[in-house]
Amino acid sequence: MFLNQFLLLAAALFCIGVYGVLARRNGVLVLMSIELILNSVNINLVAFGAYHGDVSGQVFALFIIGVAAAEVGVGLAIVLLIYRNRRSIDVAEANLLKG
Amino acid sequence: MSVLAQVVSQPEFVRPHIDWHAFAPELILLGWGALVTIVDIVGLERTRRFMPGLTGIGFLLAMVPVLTLWAQGDAFDGATLPRVLFDGAYVVDHYALVLKGLFLISGYVVVLLSTNYMAEGDYHDSEYYQLIAASVLGMLVMTSARDLVSIFIALELVSIPAYLMAAWRKRDLASNEAGLKYMLMGVFASGIMLYGMSMLYGAVGDTRLSAIGPALAEFSSSPFVVIGALFTIFGFAFKVSAVPFHTWAPDTYEGAPTPLTAFLAVSSKAAGFVGLISIILFGLPELSEVVQPLMWILAAATMTIGNLIALRQENIVRMLAYSGIAQAGYMLAPLAVYGDVPDSVQSSIVTYLLIYAAMNLGAFAVVITAARRTRSGDISSFGGMLNWAPGLTAAMVAFLFSLTGIPPLGGWWAKFQIFNALIEPGTAAGYALAIVAAVNSVIAAFYYLNVAKQMCFLPAPDGDNSPIKIPAPLNSAIALTLVFTLISGLALLVPDITNFTELAGSAP
Repeated sequence: MFLNQFLLLAAALFCIGVYGVLARRNGVLVLMSIELILNSVNINLVAFGAYHGDVSGQVFALFIIGVAAAEVGVGLAIVLLIYRNRRSIDVAEANLLKG
Repeated sequence: MSVLAQVVSQPEFVRPHIDWHAFAPELILLGWGALVTIVDIVGLERTRRFMPGLTGIGFLLAMVPVLTLWAQGDAFDGATLPRVLFDGAYVVDHYALVLKGLFLISGYVVVLLSTNYMAEGDYHDSEYYQLIAASVLGMLVMTSARDLVSIFIALELVSIPAYLMAAWRKRDLASNEAGLKYMLMGVFASGIMLYGMSMLYGAVGDTRLSAIGPALAEFSSSPFVVIGALFTIFGFAFKVSAVPFHTWAPDTYEGAPTPLTAFLAVSSKAAGFVGLISIILFGLPELSEVVQPLMWILAAATMTIGNLIALRQENIVRMLAYSGIAQAGYMLAPLAVYGDVPDSVQSSIVTYLLIYAAMNLGAFAVVITAARRTRSGDISSFGGMLNWAPGLTAAMVAFLFSLTGIPPLGGWWAKFQIFNALIEPGTAAGYALAIVAAVNSVIAAFYYLNVAKQMCFLPAPDGDNSPIKIPAPLNSAIALTLVFTLISGLALLVPDITNFTELAGSAP
């Protein structure tokens, strides 16, 4: 069983995704980085599921794929809304409200 | 290949037994939500004004099975609590039922708060109520979820409609920005949480919390599992706006429609707490040595920073947002001692959630009502409210005193329970956190009472003292929350229903 290789791949994808979320300013690219994180989770789950001989890891991964589609749908709708009002999807420019 | 072989070799499919009565609140809300959507599609403009009422009726209908289940279900079908569904992935016990009641009633109050705001604002009002119903459905699932998959699904069902509703004022840049920040941070946090969950699943090979809990005993010092547990907790720390994961909250609260802010600050935050309690108490009892110090730091930082920033807020909604962050700190505090006294930790947090929901929704109801006249969220614009709305001011003072924790109001009893749980194990960490919480309650008194002072003793900025007209839905929302805030303190009503004894078995 080559479990380690899958886990390393997932960890690398996860780190790239986190870097993308923190460093990118374009709304669509941030969403794509989040997709990378979710896909790294899917790889983890499927690899562990195969390792344990248990189907619930794959079921979990299927649920994540479904929910990720909904999240991106909502996310793109909000980014589009911002673009219509501002003509820009730069998340750093969204600074009307100061935490 | 082993997985495939296993699936193929399964004996023929047997339909699992489903306890429909235990599952009824969710099914009723789901069916009613679908019905409301169909009525909206068929009726269009003609039925639009009935939408808030219809949605409210749905919440009250879903309360019926909650009550019949509470009153010992065996009178109907011979089963007793706790009822275990789907192989232990879904459990209906007293803890779940109390919280289902909380979510349904607070959903109903949010509908009351939204009715006039949405009708007068030229928004897409009917879709708004359908999304609230969807979000509350997610909360109902969250209370019973005892499985990583169902906790994740419940969390997303709570959050995704909330992202949309935060950006509901389409042409308002602040509202767009509120939605964008909430959505990006929320999705990122759930990604981190899922990565943690995948680690926990990997260690144990099972997604049910009842299987994960005992199995983690042999992994308690493995960095792999510790990282998994911490990442999972960080995902929920975002949801309950714990410092340092709180930065989205004030911006989103200020930009979103105010009734939705009340929904996020009460229901959505409570849903995050329910998930956190379930994961920590049922799933991570063996990791208490790692998780307790983390919760100690999170709780202390959350209440201190929330209170200090709330002190210098000029806008009342932002002030309530930071005060909500500080209140989340008090609710996190008992989790710093959960390894010693899990039962009191569970019941003290649920007590606090119930009372916090009443007093905070009440405070938001008063702010929404008064803002219909002041057209501003500045604290200074609420001057002279005692003259133009004496009843409203009296209610607000009660809510503020309760949030401060002054006896005999509900908030005092809630804080008392938290201190009790912290001191009970008699450890130095527990005492130290109790002292931090006590100091914070004093700091909080300053800004809560400042608002009361503004309303009672300062003149109206525009000198206009003609009385205000309060719409019936807002009036009933304020009455409902005020009555609960008063009786929960005076009659000590809440402790009876939050005295859980089910944790000992850690749910089967």
